[in-house]
Amino acid sequence: MRKLILPVLLIAIFALMPLIAELVGKNALMTLSARILMYAMAAASLNLILGYGGMVSFGHAAYFGVGAYVVGILYSHWMSEVPIFGLFPGSNQLLVTLPIAMIVSGLAALLIGALSLRTGGVQFIMITLAFAQMIFFLFVSLTAYGGEDGIIIRRANAVPGLNMRDKTTVYYVILVVAVLYFAWLWRVVNSSFGQVLKGIRQNERRMEAMGIATFRYKLYAFVLAGMGAGLAGALMANFLRFTSPDMMHWTKSGELIIMVILGGLGTFFGPILGAAAFLILEFYLADWTEHWQLGLGIILLLVVLFTKGGILGAVDRLKGGRQ
Amino acid sequence: MTEILRIEGLQKRFGGLVATDNVTLDVHTGEIHALIGPNGAGKSTLINQLCGELRQDAGVIHLAGRDISHMPAHERVDLGLGRTFQVTSLLEDFTVRENVGLAVQARDGGNFRVFDRVTARRSVWEETDHLLAGSLLNDRRDSRAADLSHGEKKQLELILALATQPRLLLLDEPMAGLGHVETQQMIETLSGLRGELSMLLVEHDMEAVFALADRISVLVYGQIIMTGTADEVRSDPRVREAYLGTEDA
Amino acid sequence: MILILEQLLNGLQYGVMLFLLAAGLTLIFGIMGVINLAHGSLYMIGAFAGTWVATTTGSFWLGIPAGLIAAALVGFLVEATVIRKLYARDHLDQVLATFALILIFNQMIILIFGRQPIFTPLPEVFYGSIEIIPGLFYPPYRLLIIAVGLLVAVGLYFLINRTRVGMLVRAGSTNRDMVRALGVDVRLLYTVVFGLGALLAGLAGYMTGPILAVQVGMGEDILLATFVVVVIGGVGSIKGAFVAGIGLGVVDTMLRAFLPTILRGFMAPSDADAIGASVSSMGIFLLMAIVLLIRPKGLFAAGG
Repeated sequence: MRKLILPVLLIAIFALMPLIAELVGKNALMTLSARILMYAMAAASLNLILGYGGMVSFGHAAYFGVGAYVVGILYSHWMSEVPIFGLFPGSNQLLVTLPIAMIVSGLAALLIGALSLRTGGVQFIMITLAFAQMIFFLFVSLTAYGGEDGIIIRRANAVPGLNMRDKTTVYYVILVVAVLYFAWLWRVVNSSFGQVLKGIRQNERRMEAMGIATFRYKLYAFVLAGMGAGLAGALMANFLRFTSPDMMHWTKSGELIIMVILGGLGTFFGPILGAAAFLILEFYLADWTEHWQLGLGIILLLVVLFTKGGILGAVDRLKGGRQ
Repeated sequence: MTEILRIEGLQKRFGGLVATDNVTLDVHTGEIHALIGPNGAGKSTLINQLCGELRQDAGVIHLAGRDISHMPAHERVDLGLGRTFQVTSLLEDFTVRENVGLAVQARDGGNFRVFDRVTARRSVWEETDHLLAGSLLNDRRDSRAADLSHGEKKQLELILALATQPRLLLLDEPMAGLGHVETQQMIETLSGLRGELSMLLVEHDMEAVFALADRISVLVYGQIIMTGTADEVRSDPRVREAYLGTEDA
Repeated sequence: MILILEQLLNGLQYGVMLFLLAAGLTLIFGIMGVINLAHGSLYMIGAFAGTWVATTTGSFWLGIPAGLIAAALVGFLVEATVIRKLYARDHLDQVLATFALILIFNQMIILIFGRQPIFTPLPEVFYGSIEIIPGLFYPPYRLLIIAVGLLVAVGLYFLINRTRVGMLVRAGSTNRDMVRALGVDVRLLYTVVFGLGALLAGLAGYMTGPILAVQVGMGEDILLATFVVVVIGGVGSIKGAFVAGIGLGVVDTMLRAFLPTILRGFMAPSDADAIGASVSSMGIFLLMAIVLLIRPKGLFAAGG
């Protein structure tokens, strides 16, 4: 039962956020809260391969951006009523665009993962970064979809029975998707596959000796992670009503890694806390000084050099639990 | 069918160094076959070729009559080839029970399931507890592997290999670094398995080798110079010269 | 033909720049096992410090020692306070800590110099262009960069192959434990290597100043290309850094120079320019992906 306290608390906070924002008259709080939810999903998907699987991917923002672009491209074709490649019609239905975003980013992850996972160590870090940069420049070159400027989405995708013009409604849709996503992720990390993945992080050679073809499992995790990031990106495109190559710039990949580390690598709730810490820090520091990244850099440096296990690790130590 | 393992003309070079030089060797079903030789004779290289971590330059490896020369490591495991590592190689963050459980699960299958609960796989955990119950680690089952003593880690190595239900077990120096008592325990554990599976035992501890081995092969500079019983090996002048001789002197 | 030759020279010039950066980076990784994302920051610091001294004193030449010293000093400082703690850490910690350094250095530069690009004054001797071969006019300053880059390459070759420090460096990039076993003061060796890397980065930064704008973010742009060079060349290999640096410099420059023109042959000019530019940007990454798929450790991997 105690296990349920944290998730229930988190859901309650996020569910009450629009009310709180209205109460204190600060609409920006709801925006901040929504951004935390979406970045938490992206960071959690990265945590699946980085924290549970031990794969240091430095290009995760690419899948986030691909998911966002799927929404943007489908929307622009729906608007212009010109089928994509003359074959597929566009769409503005969230229940259509989200699954397609997941499938497309999953396919991108399948291709990139199948090639990248042949290497390891620093080469893996660099090749994932390289592929992400290639996707970044690919979208910059797509002048039909705005090139560097990206795509403006006039209206958030529609959901039958909901008024998606209302920002609060969009917020709750994001919350529901996020809760579903984290519930699914909970199943994954506690599944048979999750156990194999944790084993691979600790000792790949041993897993091979147990008869596990580690490459396939790593690739599977890589694809699942790409799909998760794509889902988060698709929501982001709906929320911002905008998508651009900046969403997949390599520094965004760096930020996702920072969120995972800040919260606690390989812990379930870490990415949520990490995303919250990062974005709240940005929100208030940026309010106070334009040089907020200096503060972020210093904090990050101190966290990496002097702490182990991020926020959750610190909480554990405070409780006098395991070291 | 009396041979579980047959190696013919196995060859491996690293640059100018011949690590495995035309090695031909067989392990009979049910036997404990020891492989001895001075340091640098190429024993570990040979083991790594057998289990598929290293690819041979030439030669063939048959496991129970099947050519496994070009199979990846994990497929050889499926066919019943188990191994232990010389330097213990465990899942350090997992408990002993989780280590063994994962080894059992890996063999049992269903490893791609993302919607089950691993703790609810009853048959896996029953088998795990059964394996542990018959071992020296029964009361250490909830300790993290990283916290085990060296001797306990060596025992866990063995249990992990057994959990894959091998027909042939490659043991890479299971006694290395063990004290006298622990060595005796390991010898007892291994003798207890005699007849259940075949073993290829690489070991420096001669007492253990002579206590366990049905036959012994001697590897020097990548070549098998002889194969025979303990007495034959002890009395062979070539072995004395190449190996035992240097220790007696 | 003249056009191609000119672009080849441009590629060579960009290539030696990449080499100056990659040489330090590859040694730092090969010997110390540290991924240093902040290497681009040292490049930026060299450019800013040198340019500041050059503009204040009015002498381009005084900027050179200034840029070198500033980059080396910051390098020593970074090594002593941060990098030293990262030797035993995994790659992830190294990536994050040095990523944090990028954020810190960028903001500090903004605080001191602002966001506007600054320009390095060029001595009058470098004005105009000279005729190298009939019909080919080329800016002398770019020739100077090429000369300096090649000189450094030769110098490094002698340092690595003919001196005791070089012997240790070679040993260290193939087998780190061996150097420790030799009883060498590893800490000193690390500091020297890191300082040398910082020095070369500072040199590259300052020399680039008159060609490109000196501005915040200049480090990151070239950092990614430098990493591509290091990975393609093989981590720890100076020779690899040289070959891959020159090769990538030429390929990248050629793509940028000629791809849009080629594309204009079969699409609208504005599209051709946009697509040409981004495909050129993808070029080096594509090349790296291909090389890694064929040789997962790069072309001249040290230590096999």
